[in-house]
Amino acid sequence: MSIVFWFISAITIAGALFAVILKNTVHCALALTVAFAGLALLFLGLDAQFAGFTEIMVYIGAVAILVVFAILLTRGSETPKGSVYSRYSLTGLVAAAGVFAVFGWTVLESARSFPNVQETPSATAKEIGYALVGRYVLPLEIVALLLTVATIGAVIVAMHEKEGK
Amino acid sequence: MTPLTAHLLVAALLFSIGLAGALTRRNAILVLIGIELMLNAANLNFIAFWRYGPHPEALTGMMFAIFSIAVAAAEAAVGLGLVIAIHRHLHSTDLDQMNRMKG
Repeated sequence: MSIVFWFISAITIAGALFAVILKNTVHCALALTVAFAGLALLFLGLDAQFAGFTEIMVYIGAVAILVVFAILLTRGSETPKGSVYSRYSLTGLVAAAGVFAVFGWTVLESARSFPNVQETPSATAKEIGYALVGRYVLPLEIVALLLTVATIGAVIVAMHEKEGK
Repeated sequence: MTPLTAHLLVAALLFSIGLAGALTRRNAILVLIGIELMLNAANLNFIAFWRYGPHPEALTGMMFAIFSIAVAAAEAAVGLGLVIAIHRHLHSTDLDQMNRMKG
């Protein structure tokens, strides 16, 4: 593997780690943006240009901004006085470490049987567009409906309730 | 180490970090951040298998990743809306205080 891949991976994992362990919620959101940017670069390194730029637009452009808005609206930017970790954090940490151990072991055990096609696949925006309105048109419509419902639902859930209803 | 193995290991580490964040933090927004990281690790797996697997011209992994990104965006919108609604109710985003289902 090239040095570029390891460098981008290190940035991504460092961003994810800081997004999880930092105390101040705003700093967490910024670290999360770094992790998303690293992931987009990883996608670009995998010759998936469309997915990489979608990642930048959707995650950095929308999700990270949504997280920042939620932090501002909930006054989460104030660093809490007590611990930022829950009561069951040790159990959670052990569970996450166990999951990583199982994943890592599985990947390394089955590494010999993985496919390893070297030639660069072509996935231009044109081909993806044809696939989206051809073979994948039903999932596309369902996702469009889901996004509409989710957006309306999010607005209704977060809308101010009338006093006394 | 083949490129696919390296990508899968990075994705596994990213997933575990997200899981640790979702399970250990008290703030509901940070739990959502952990869930987003886990979804992104899955996307990395899809793209890596698409790139190094046979028949990339079918675009299966790519499509799965794109739809997964769309669903994750919907999830983020609804999740953060819920956090804001709960904050209006409890004046807190501390998950340890959310121990009643009664309104």
